[in-house]
Amino acid sequence: MLADFFEYDFLRHTFFTGILIGIIAPLLGTFIVVRRLSLIADALSHVTLAGIAFGMLLEKRLGFVLLSPLYSGMAFSVLGSILIEKLRSVYKSYQEIAIPIILSGGVGLTVIFISLADGFNRDLMNYLFGSVSAVSQQDFYTIAGISILIIAVVALFYKELLTLSFDEEHATTSGIHAKRIHLLFIVLTALVIAASIQIVGVLLVSALMTLPVAASMRLAKGFKQMLFLSVVFGEIAVIIGLIGGYYLNIPPGGTIVMTAIMILLLSIGVKRFSFRYKKAGETNGYEGSN
Amino acid sequence: MSEPVVSMRQITHAYDQKKVLNNVNFEIPRGAFMGLVGPNGGGKTTLIRILLGLLKPNEGSIKLFNQPIHKFKQWNKIGFVSQKANTFNRGFPATAFEVVSMGLTAKIGYLRFFNKQHKTLVLQALDQVGMLDYAYENVGNLSGGQQQRIFIARSLVNDPELLILDEPTVGVDYENVQRFYDLLHQLNDKQITLLLVTHDTGTMTEHATDIVCLNQTLHFHGKPEEYTSLSKEDLSRFYGHPVNIVTHNH
Repeated sequence: MLADFFEYDFLRHTFFTGILIGIIAPLLGTFIVVRRLSLIADALSHVTLAGIAFGMLLEKRLGFVLLSPLYSGMAFSVLGSILIEKLRSVYKSYQEIAIPIILSGGVGLTVIFISLADGFNRDLMNYLFGSVSAVSQQDFYTIAGISILIIAVVALFYKELLTLSFDEEHATTSGIHAKRIHLLFIVLTALVIAASIQIVGVLLVSALMTLPVAASMRLAKGFKQMLFLSVVFGEIAVIIGLIGGYYLNIPPGGTIVMTAIMILLLSIGVKRFSFRYKKAGETNGYEGSN
Repeated sequence: MSEPVVSMRQITHAYDQKKVLNNVNFEIPRGAFMGLVGPNGGGKTTLIRILLGLLKPNEGSIKLFNQPIHKFKQWNKIGFVSQKANTFNRGFPATAFEVVSMGLTAKIGYLRFFNKQHKTLVLQALDQVGMLDYAYENVGNLSGGQQQRIFIARSLVNDPELLILDEPTVGVDYENVQRFYDLLHQLNDKQITLLLVTHDTGTMTEHATDIVCLNQTLHFHGKPEEYTSLSKEDLSRFYGHPVNIVTHNH
């Protein structure tokens, strides 16, 4: 089934990019979920779409092809992430308000850029739902570089990210620079989203960051275990979703997310089964001791 | 008298014109087991936040371990178990070991990794609070009293000289409260200075070496026996409403 993915260059790039985002999206998604910031991914993905639309507008109107839409998407996403942090510090008691502001701003800008360009061709659809053929060699190298950077930064700042996620007040009193770490974290999130969009699409990128985490949360005992399981589930969803999407001629965003949902349902089932099994074992043990 | 670990002079602070601390002078002697009591809104938590550098007072000066607070860098000397520790996200998937290891994050420093030596420190802290057997249990599955011990271990892992606990016994049953105070005495015997913010004045007077009563200003600073012998009128004046001290020594 995988033969085509290794035979054709464009599919190979997509496959390896998929493997990379299967690691980085759940990796940061784990911190996003435990910090109850799941909707930030949605806001940033819409800002990324505005950036992509901007890049495509430049291409169409000015023939300015030096800038791939991926880069303009990244730039917008990073700017959006910095704006979210600024808004969160302005509205300290209503920090979540930053998300709809940035999300609607992203959609608004996208509509304006599409109108200015008099509409785009099929390419924009690829960015909405993902595509198996959207990743160029240059994009793959960029995403590989970003992935290495993200994995390195998470490894280096793992203990700070975990401490801040669990108890921000304690982290601050112990001397951790919460604001700087927050900013670093949200900029990394923006990069992950921009990197993932070509495969899963704007509308489904947040699912790849949260669904594997939701599944692993049911089964993991500790944070490290949850992180590991999230990445495993993310990889399974991406690989099955990519292959399924290719052979069924469906945008991979849909098949990846549906695979992730199947994994989530399975994890809920496994948890319930193990809970009942454990309970039955305890009851039997109690009766046996009498 | 030994040198104070905390010295606060003429602290005044207001939130939106509403004064919560008014010219408070406050010291914690080294080795003390101090209880900070007072009514809700009396400024106890604000005082702690100022002491921890989380809030800058409108007026006044603070010295920590004989150093002005703005020059003080050894925050690992101060352990803090916040009120929020009782209301943490119980669904957070962290083991007791992971929670205690978070206490070392700032001490280890940026761009450095957790190593075997740190692991030993975490296990020692868990052992110190009698929770070694639960090291790899999910902290959300532990009882309120056990969780409280885990949060104390998170502070102890840094080997602090001053431990501040803000309302640590809220939601903990009587038996576990007694065990909790036994643990605090053990820590105090090891020369850890304790500052405990509480509403449970009765239990506090049974255990503390010093009692401080705060309601915007410092109304009382003395020994527990002096506090319990105060007249009802004095206590009512301190609290702004009628008060009885209920102890468990009946």
